[in-house]
Amino acid sequence: MRLTLEVWRQLDAQTAGMFETYEVPDASEHMSFLELLDHLNESLVRDGQEPIAFDSDCREGICGMCSLVVNGVPHGPQRATTVCQLHMREFNDGDRIVVEPWRAGPFPVIRDLVVDRTSFDRIIEAGGYVAVNTGGAPDANAVPIGKDEADIAFQAAVCIGCGACVAACKNASAMLFVSAKVAQFAHLPQGQPERKRRVRDMVGQMDREGFGGCTNTYDCEGACPKEIPVRFIAEMNRGFLAAKITE
Amino acid sequence: MKATPPLPSLPRPSVPLLSYVTSTIGRKTLVAITGLMLFGFVIMHLAGNLLIYQGPAALNEYAAFLKSKPAVVWAGRIGLLGALSVHLWGTLSLAARNRSARPVGYRMRRTIVSTLSSRTMVLTGFTILAFVVYHLLHFTVGVTHPDHHALVEATATGTRHDVFAMVVAGFREPVVASIYIVAQVMLAVHLSHGVASTVQTLGFNHPTFTPLVKRGGITVAVLLALGNGSIPIAVLAGWIGGNA
Ligand code: HEM
Ligand code: FES
Repeated sequence: MRLTLEVWRQLDAQTAGMFETYEVPDASEHMSFLELLDHLNESLVRDGQEPIAFDSDCREGICGMCSLVVNGVPHGPQRATTVCQLHMREFNDGDRIVVEPWRAGPFPVIRDLVVDRTSFDRIIEAGGYVAVNTGGAPDANAVPIGKDEADIAFQAAVCIGCGACVAACKNASAMLFVSAKVAQFAHLPQGQPERKRRVRDMVGQMDREGFGGCTNTYDCEGACPKEIPVRFIAEMNRGFLAAKITE
Repeated sequence: MKATPPLPSLPRPSVPLLSYVTSTIGRKTLVAITGLMLFGFVIMHLAGNLLIYQGPAALNEYAAFLKSKPAVVWAGRIGLLGALSVHLWGTLSLAARNRSARPVGYRMRRTIVSTLSSRTMVLTGFTILAFVVYHLLHFTVGVTHPDHHALVEATATGTRHDVFAMVVAGFREPVVASIYIVAQVMLAVHLSHGVASTVQTLGFNHPTFTPLVKRGGITVAVLLALGNGSIPIAVLAGWIGGNA
């Protein structure tokens, strides 16, 4: 298939960026979107140009590194799919495709399509872990956890921290990410001792990083490759109030 | 297994809850609570307005009753002004923050599941605000149509404010009636997101009930607008107050 790509190019955080147009005359519908960029990069390198920088690691939809806004939607048009798992058969011959980085103040562009997501790491450092001594690895099922609760914790824990929720939100809000990282422990006994300080400190760090607030528009849920539900945001609102009242 | 050492106690904030109301979540909660107060008022106000369908006596009686309780009326006014001020502060300060959270915008942006009403809350909110100011000047203070506001009706003991005649005279002017109708549409759009949004903000989301709350919120918002909006339409059509 023949495609026209409009790709954001930016040398570094200090330099202004702009869109460049590239023709790809020989794309295959079996390529993933990242393989399409690899293919384009090979021809750029052959022509002595700088290849397009973009993030990726596992390329199987589990690591959360890939992060492209494709035609105005984070991870592209296919729901519940990371852009590394998006294939060119989702597009038509002759399509014009706009490729942009995540856009948010707390995600500054490092180069081209690569953004700095260490703001997410700092939110996790603020409380997204269990620090209490739980001893050695417990026997399976030694700590009984109801199936419903375990399922909810797992639904939150599948968050890969890619940041598509921030990229999709009209307010660049990180609440879906933070709420999932709070909920994955709030539903397990191991998470209880630090439950209040966790939500308090993670929300505090989220605000300090400069993310926007939630206005319940829910495009985050629509963009999430793991379909994390906004239900966790309601839970976080409740938990944050409880933590603050008893502070 | 070693006993877990107790966690150090949490640091105490210097002013309790100040850090809550300045956080994004806390501010949004204040927006939800004040929105709910305004919503409650709008429902009660509609109940009063609908008395117009019972004729001049019922409406004027109700108006005179309210006037005879100045303490209640002023408590309500101060409460509403307070709620509106907090609602405005919360929404506008958050909206400014939300805009600055994305200094460089997208070349192309598609919404995925969000509704138009959820994305236009500032616009519909400001339209409502402008309408509220006009509405107060029109019917409460009597600045825009002093002649309508001065209308009185005779009673056994003297005269009283003829609210019925004032409303009919006002809505016989198509421009005035249209302002009211447009404002009601804007309020319905605001609340068709706002009601369900409040429930989420206050921390309730449930796989079964949340879809019902969404539909219920839209239904109430539309009924509210139909109820209020029917009055200028009925006056223009001559169903209330006869033909001019
Ligand atoms: C009759 C008057 C009003 C009522 C009944 C009302 C009601 C509500 C409700 C119930 C909410 C939802 C709160 C939440 O999302 O948790 C809301 C949000 C909001 N309101 Fe109002 N409101 C009124 C007036 C205004 C005015 C005058 C403005 C002026 C700008 C305004 C702007 C907003 C904004 C920007 C939001 C936030 C929307 C969001 O977070 O997406 N509202 N309102
Ligand atoms: S590269 Fe790992 S999720 Fe896409």
